[in-house]
Amino acid sequence: MTELLYDYTMPSGAHWSFRLRRGTALRLTDLEGGANVGMLFYNPEEKLERYNAPDTLKGQHTFKLTRGNCLYSDMGRVFASIVDDSFGWHDTVCGNLDDARLLEKYGEHNYQQYRNDWTLSGHASFLTELAKYGLGERDLAANLNLFSKVVTDDNGQLRFDAGAARAGAQITLRFEMDTLVVMHTCPHPLNPASDYPRKPVRVEMLTAAPVAKDDYCLNFRPENARAFENNRLYHLGL
Amino acid sequence: MIRESQLNPADAHFRDTVPAGDYFLKVLKEGETLRILDLEGNQAADTLFFNAKDTAERYSAMDTIREQGNVFLTAGTVLRSNRNRPMLEITADTCGRHDTLGGACATESNTVRYALEKRCMHACRDSWMRAVNEHEEYGLSKRDITHNINFFMNVPVTAEGGLTFADGISAPGKYVEMKALMDITVLISNCPQLNNPCNGYNPTPIEVLIWH
Ligand SMILES: [Zn+2]
Repeated sequence: MTELLYDYTMPSGAHWSFRLRRGTALRLTDLEGGANVGMLFYNPEEKLERYNAPDTLKGQHTFKLTRGNCLYSDMGRVFASIVDDSFGWHDTVCGNLDDARLLEKYGEHNYQQYRNDWTLSGHASFLTELAKYGLGERDLAANLNLFSKVVTDDNGQLRFDAGAARAGAQITLRFEMDTLVVMHTCPHPLNPASDYPRKPVRVEMLTAAPVAKDDYCLNFRPENARAFENNRLYHLGL
Repeated sequence: MIRESQLNPADAHFRDTVPAGDYFLKVLKEGETLRILDLEGNQAADTLFFNAKDTAERYSAMDTIREQGNVFLTAGTVLRSNRNRPMLEITADTCGRHDTLGGACATESNTVRYALEKRCMHACRDSWMRAVNEHEEYGLSKRDITHNINFFMNVPVTAEGGLTFADGISAPGKYVEMKALMDITVLISNCPQLNNPCNGYNPTPIEVLIWH
């Protein structure tokens, strides 16, 4: 059984971070369609351990993230499992909008003019949150871009699929170890929208049901079962 | 894209063979050209680049992929930093495509990819760890070890979003060459991976050449 612990609607262009315990879940909802959630994970006990996009992709032979996929750390463990996903294809290779591109795409945007609607770039948002934990530029790795679909053709050419946006799209991450979550709601760097997409995201924290032997994510690939075994060893102190 | 080099190996001012399982760490000056040569074919050269004057600036797969709008690296690709600045340009390539999605092998990821019993096999990230600890003068640590380039690896993406490890398209004598656009610290692990068929379970040496 799951229980809702906390519910918050995060505005667009915002940044936030928190520590989630093993056995909790995070449900994110793209309320209006067209949102993007940049997300990074660190081990709060050893912050050099962080989300590793290449290990996540190659370990599961995938370019996209969706239900069943586990989000691996560079130490062969699982930060979180995607236990539910109605969107189907989340990006983890395109990185962030930086300050220069933010200015180029959306024009001058400052606090004096916009007050609390002033938005930083995804890059600056991550750096802002990371500094709260003594982390910085060197700790910034490839991030998730939830609710953003980027496809490639046979020649490796990228295309942002704006048509994938859907109001109510939802993803649930179940945390398999204690995790420092750093997130922002800035636009995807390849989003072609000419106006800054102002899309709020609902963030719900829940208790998660224990992982059963027939768990979908655990059994999604043999690699995931071995990564879960690494988690078990980690929690034994190994 | 196949583009042959005009440079003559006899004119290179630096030449060294890097055996499989070893690392290469050296500063490349702005304007110099680096060639990585696959001596025996189907080897993987797992490579990281840093701004030699400020190692917090480093090669970024994300910035490189996003700015060129393509997941493959080849002649014409500008390798970009985490500050989205050009670091090097690939000026010649007889292989045609190189991977920057798959990342390097590590003992930890070997336990996930292959078997928990594979923990104590040699791996690229261990070679990098040894390199940063044997050469503190470069100012690098595990924090700086991120998403690398796998020169000579072929990792196609399918229309359905799959990631496949295809047979190598490299062969003995194929090379990739790039020009430094700033002073660059080059860190290569010549991959010792014994579990992946892409190198025929036989890691082999590479050669590194540098021209002024
Ligand atoms: Zn390797």
